[in-house]
Amino acid sequence: MSAVQSHAAAPAVAVRRKPVGETGWHRTLRRFRSSPLSVVGAVIVVFFMIVALLAPLLAHPTQRNPYMIPHSGYSSDPRPPSPEHPFGTTEEQFDLFYGVVWGARTAFLVALSVVATAVTVALLLGSVSGFYGGPADEAVMRITDIFLAFPGLILTVVIVAVLGQSVRNAVIAIAAVEWPTYTRLLRGEFLRVRDMEYVQAARALGSGDVRIIARHVIPNTIYPMLILASLNMGGIVITFAALSFLGLGAPPGYADWGQLISLSHNWIAGTAGDPFTYWYTLIVPGLAIFLFVLGWNLLGDAFRDIFDPRLQGSR
Amino acid sequence: MTTFILRRLLLLPLVAVGVSALIFLLLQFLTPAMRASLYIHDPKQLNALPDLIRKYHLDQPVYVQYWAWLIQVAHGDLGWSETAREPVAAAIRGYFPATLELAIYSFGWILVFGIWLGTQSAVHKDRFLDQVSRFTSISGASLPTFVWGLLLLMIFYGHFGWFPPGRLSLSGDLYVRGGAFHPYTGLMTIDALLNGNLGLFWDAAKHLVLPVATLTYYLTAVLVRITRSSMLETLRTDYVRTARAKGLGEHVVVDKHARRNALIPVITLGSLLFVGLLSGVVITETVFNYPGIGQWGVNASQQLDIPAVTGFALIFAGLLVISNLFADVMYAIVDPRIRLQ
Repeated sequence: MSAVQSHAAAPAVAVRRKPVGETGWHRTLRRFRSSPLSVVGAVIVVFFMIVALLAPLLAHPTQRNPYMIPHSGYSSDPRPPSPEHPFGTTEEQFDLFYGVVWGARTAFLVALSVVATAVTVALLLGSVSGFYGGPADEAVMRITDIFLAFPGLILTVVIVAVLGQSVRNAVIAIAAVEWPTYTRLLRGEFLRVRDMEYVQAARALGSGDVRIIARHVIPNTIYPMLILASLNMGGIVITFAALSFLGLGAPPGYADWGQLISLSHNWIAGTAGDPFTYWYTLIVPGLAIFLFVLGWNLLGDAFRDIFDPRLQGSR
Repeated sequence: MTTFILRRLLLLPLVAVGVSALIFLLLQFLTPAMRASLYIHDPKQLNALPDLIRKYHLDQPVYVQYWAWLIQVAHGDLGWSETAREPVAAAIRGYFPATLELAIYSFGWILVFGIWLGTQSAVHKDRFLDQVSRFTSISGASLPTFVWGLLLLMIFYGHFGWFPPGRLSLSGDLYVRGGAFHPYTGLMTIDALLNGNLGLFWDAAKHLVLPVATLTYYLTAVLVRITRSSMLETLRTDYVRTARAKGLGEHVVVDKHARRNALIPVITLGSLLFVGLLSGVVITETVFNYPGIGQWGVNASQQLDIPAVTGFALIFAGLLVISNLFADVMYAIVDPRIRLQ
């Protein structure tokens, strides 16, 4: 905290007092380490990355499609944790351990696909909108207005209902809700950057629009996009899990946390005399999604505070 | 001021047209025959499919279709909902009060808790209360509504048996469906009191506790965050220092000088809360099997009941547009500086 304050207090042009030989990267790292919560967030996210990468080793796939959870038998009652099933099983005997491990992969794949789609659309529309302005800008902004006039989850539910239930369609639906935010942010950055001296210099040197956008404008607008994306990762995973929970995302048996939680819906009451008999069906996947989202939220907050002090507390 | 409100009001139909166009475009993914079948609620009508296509102009150019569809919607003809087994407009009228009841009770708690906790958290920055409220808000933002809801259900229904899911118990439901009960408002707790039936009131209230708690937790987390950062900013301003310098008591400074100004951005973000409430309602109603508009919309989506989905989307988008307008107008009323622009 003190590091940030002393930095803010120093005049922008004057030479800042800093440890000898400290580069921008070191400063970032120092600020990052100064907040214990950001370190916790980073540790959680790295943990899930490792789980997602090592999924085939941690939980060996037995089916042709590794994302389909193997199930032994069709007995309807969930079974508690045992050596064979470390986290227990859900109804219809889907293995919770397998589902949680491969669910980490699903979470990353879904979140990254949504971000990639939204960023691609934002790069196309936002650059046209922010760089050229005029009627194109007006049109793009009004379209984002319309999309933002929908409560996000409602629009995704409606899109999935029309397109049909599948993981791909859920990604499309979530991206359809997310792109306006990215486009508006990128447009704002383009507006800020396009009249900077270095862009004028590039133009004076005879660079074309495409070259200016690709080489000079986009690299300078990328940090805010990264911050937004990191703040957004958790929210995307929650939305996807919510779709699966509502029966509109991943199909039954797919390794997805939301889908596993929906399988626990019938078992929260337990049996007579022991109400928490089936605790693991909710707690195991619930904890997985909570930690994943918490990790990204902490990390996103940290990125925002480090890279963009203007945005502090603005969410 | 009046110009500002008028200008916002003029934008309203524009956004409404845009929203309806978006829904209409989504419907274009379906074939004309499928879209015609949306108006069918009786097998006998199948023979009349070509007539239906003609009646609803489904073989005409897109702009003609859109116009015809808009006229239908304006007349309240949204088609037939298979999941509700009644016309969409009637279904919305039937389900909406339940959702409204849930929203009204939640919103009160959210405002009280959110603003109080956010203010206290900012005033006692980095102290115990602040740490608690920050932990609450970051975990509230990370815990999906449905996990939280199921957890509450597991403890307070599964273990204690206090608060069952649904909207009424079986006997309460039978009584409401019987002739003696008169639904005045559609809000069950109010109607029970108006009918002078205290037992029914407790029944309805008991079923509201968990869904309201679920919605409240998540949205309080959002509001605490907004209030806290806005309050922190205000407490650093010069006029707050002046107020303290002239010897005003701390709670006068906090309540009168700081909080009133800190709440201005909170009002604009109030529409954000409303969005959260609408999305939260969809999940909460599904978790608690609460027969509101959100649960109906989800069921309709699962069963490809497209007219219902369309009506559901239109009503929620309309609500959001109105709440945005309300927030803008409130903003102009509360903050005189807006009028200059």
